[in-house]
Amino acid sequence: MHLLTEVKTMLQACIQCGTCSGSCPNGFAMDFTPRHLWRLVAMDQTDEIFASQTFMLCSSCYYCTLRCPRGLPLTDAMAALKRAAESSGVRVHRKDLLFYNCFMESVRRHGRVREMEFMTLYFTGRKNPLLPFRFAGLGLKLMARGKVSLQVPTRGSRKLDPLFNKVREMEAQSIQSSNR
Amino acid sequence: MKQYIYYPGCSLEGSAKEYDAATRAFLSLMAVELVELDDWTCCGATAAAAQSRLLSLVLPARNLALAEKTAPGADILVPCSACYLNLKQAWHAAESDPAVLAQLNAVLAEEGLVLTGGNAVRHLLDVLTTDIGAARLAASVSRPLEGLTIAPYYGCQCLRPFIVFDDPETPVSMEGLISACGADVYRWAMGPICCGASHMNTKMDVGLALSGAILQAAEGADAIVTVCPMCQMNLEAYQHKLSRRHGRSLERTVIYLPQLLGLAAGLSEKAVGLDLNLAVTNAFRSKLQGGDNALAAAG
Repeated sequence: MHLLTEVKTMLQACIQCGTCSGSCPNGFAMDFTPRHLWRLVAMDQTDEIFASQTFMLCSSCYYCTLRCPRGLPLTDAMAALKRAAESSGVRVHRKDLLFYNCFMESVRRHGRVREMEFMTLYFTGRKNPLLPFRFAGLGLKLMARGKVSLQVPTRGSRKLDPLFNKVREMEAQSIQSSNR
Repeated sequence: MKQYIYYPGCSLEGSAKEYDAATRAFLSLMAVELVELDDWTCCGATAAAAQSRLLSLVLPARNLALAEKTAPGADILVPCSACYLNLKQAWHAAESDPAVLAQLNAVLAEEGLVLTGGNAVRHLLDVLTTDIGAARLAASVSRPLEGLTIAPYYGCQCLRPFIVFDDPETPVSMEGLISACGADVYRWAMGPICCGASHMNTKMDVGLALSGAILQAAEGADAIVTVCPMCQMNLEAYQHKLSRRHGRSLERTVIYLPQLLGLAAGLSEKAVGLDLNLAVTNAFRSKLQGGDNALAAAG
């Protein structure tokens, strides 16, 4: 299945009015506005799309979804592009995707996310020895209040493994059947 | 006594412990019984949707199915806006597309669970404003918070995309509750504006721009109240950094709404976990305690 198929279907009825761009709180930091990005999707400009930071800058505030005069699921479309970027294997978004992946790894291990374990996995994955210091002050404040404790990543009970594995299996099947 | 199934979510076991404590303490005072969902697991936050759409629906669906097994038809009360949205979204997707419901049940069968629906997902703010309401709160206020001006901060995901209990662009649901406490409502436009969500971890400058604008706009308020652990963290945890960047103090008191309501209803600072918050200014504390003195003098 083409990487953009899912998101193209979502955006089919886009009229390029730009309400999404005018509503986006993160627009100031984006290289392409949301409207521009939807156009690139319609035109299959895969390289430009995946090199863009725009979809990674979506903070899921749902203003665009609320206001879109065509009623399109634009926030979901941004999430679909995050998934497509993951499958495309582009390196540009490695650290954002790592953040999500470390979160999900902690959930998979324990059923619930362990905030300190998740951040430890993220810092380790980023391989930037200075990064943890940006958050050290906050970590100490949280520890002082007994809200979090130092958590060495552990294997956990892996109680959600059956669900995660079944999801993977069903997704693999649906990709196979759409390729046939 | 009205009963709800309680889904606290992961943050309320960690960085948002005081949100959990205050919610439980205040609701018990209002004769509301919370039954914590046994064996609940993470809703997937925004991370699951970045990996797999099916997984992002399965994780909340597991909790819906557990709730259905525990207490069919009972409302599920959720204090975290992200958990609330995920739980709601999973049922919405299943309800509007039988193929999705079938997929979810195929996965849930691994744990012997079945989803058929019927448990309404309710945000804490919805329950506070709709089920309890300002009048009942006002009747239980024993420490009026007179002289305090409170800025209501709603954030995004309890308001959008599902329009349930408030206007998604100009929300007002907190105003009646704040007034019922005896406090004044701070007038501002930042109530429903994004706090930056997880940008603080991956794109810090963007996150700081968004949360900085909110803190700046709250100048003149004695405190900002929130109804989401992520909003709370973004507004309370980076104030020193932001003050340095802006060249002026952006130190603001930021507390959870049920903490404020609990204090007005006579709960102690300890009972609502006020010592656990990261940003409570001395000015706010002395105004709170000043209120006590005034009350004692009057009594």
